[in-house]
Amino acid sequence: MTFRKYLVLAGVTVFAALGDSLLSHGMKQIGGISPKDFKDLLVAVANPWVALGILLLLGFFVSYLTALSWADLTYVLPASSLGYVLLALIAKYFLHEQITIWRWLGILLISAAVGFVTQGPALTHHEPACKSAREGADRELVGMRDS
Amino acid sequence: MRHLYTWSAVLAIVVASISGDVLLSRAMKQVGDVGELRRRFGSLAVVRRVLRNPAFLAGILLMAIGFYSLLFALSWGDVSLVGPASASLTFVGNAIAAKIFLHERVDHRRWMAALLVGAGVALLAR
Repeated sequence: MTFRKYLVLAGVTVFAALGDSLLSHGMKQIGGISPKDFKDLLVAVANPWVALGILLLLGFFVSYLTALSWADLTYVLPASSLGYVLLALIAKYFLHEQITIWRWLGILLISAAVGFVTQGPALTHHEPACKSAREGADRELVGMRDS
Repeated sequence: MRHLYTWSAVLAIVVASISGDVLLSRAMKQVGDVGELRRRFGSLAVVRRVLRNPAFLAGILLMAIGFYSLLFALSWGDVSLVGPASASLTFVGNAIAAKIFLHERVDHRRWMAALLVGAGVALLAR
């Protein structure tokens, strides 16, 4: 694992937690939207907090796909689950929500899981089908670049 | 009856999310290391390769189905039940699906991590 790859995993964690928090903050400013007022949902995107939240969630998706391009799914999901912990801390210190003893226990379990999984290898298996598809696409790109 | 609807929607969320994650993971393994590809061929070529991958498109479709199932589940059940139930079941289900469909080597360390995250998410929502 290189520093760049740890940075991508940090991106998955931070972008998801911040994006969700900003969406939550923005939607609370807007207030409840009933399914009948579907148009209000489109107007909600104009709220700067919601817009910034969506932008950060796009950042999350790009980081998530990048991480999946070189690491197993069973590595990426637990390794990036520190986002739940970050979300709880943002909720406590910025959104002023109450964190119960059960939530602290949940944070402890998730942190232990991250410690477990990041000690092992990021990638355990190369599927032959994936490898041949990748090589075929590589040849195509080399051809496009050289022509 | 409402209870049955809620749990059916939770099941739909879990199945769609797991299938979506597995397909996205397979698609990105077929695409290859994005950072390396960007250095060799440029960002546009990487985006084109990702968008032309059928597994990626199917994964996105399943993620959308999962999202709409979540909206349905939330209209029938409490967020404090639907959120943690779907998230923790998805974590454990992903470990099983990754072993079967992606042939990942899910050792005791990864099983423990999946179970701990599942339990942790359930506790966070209490």
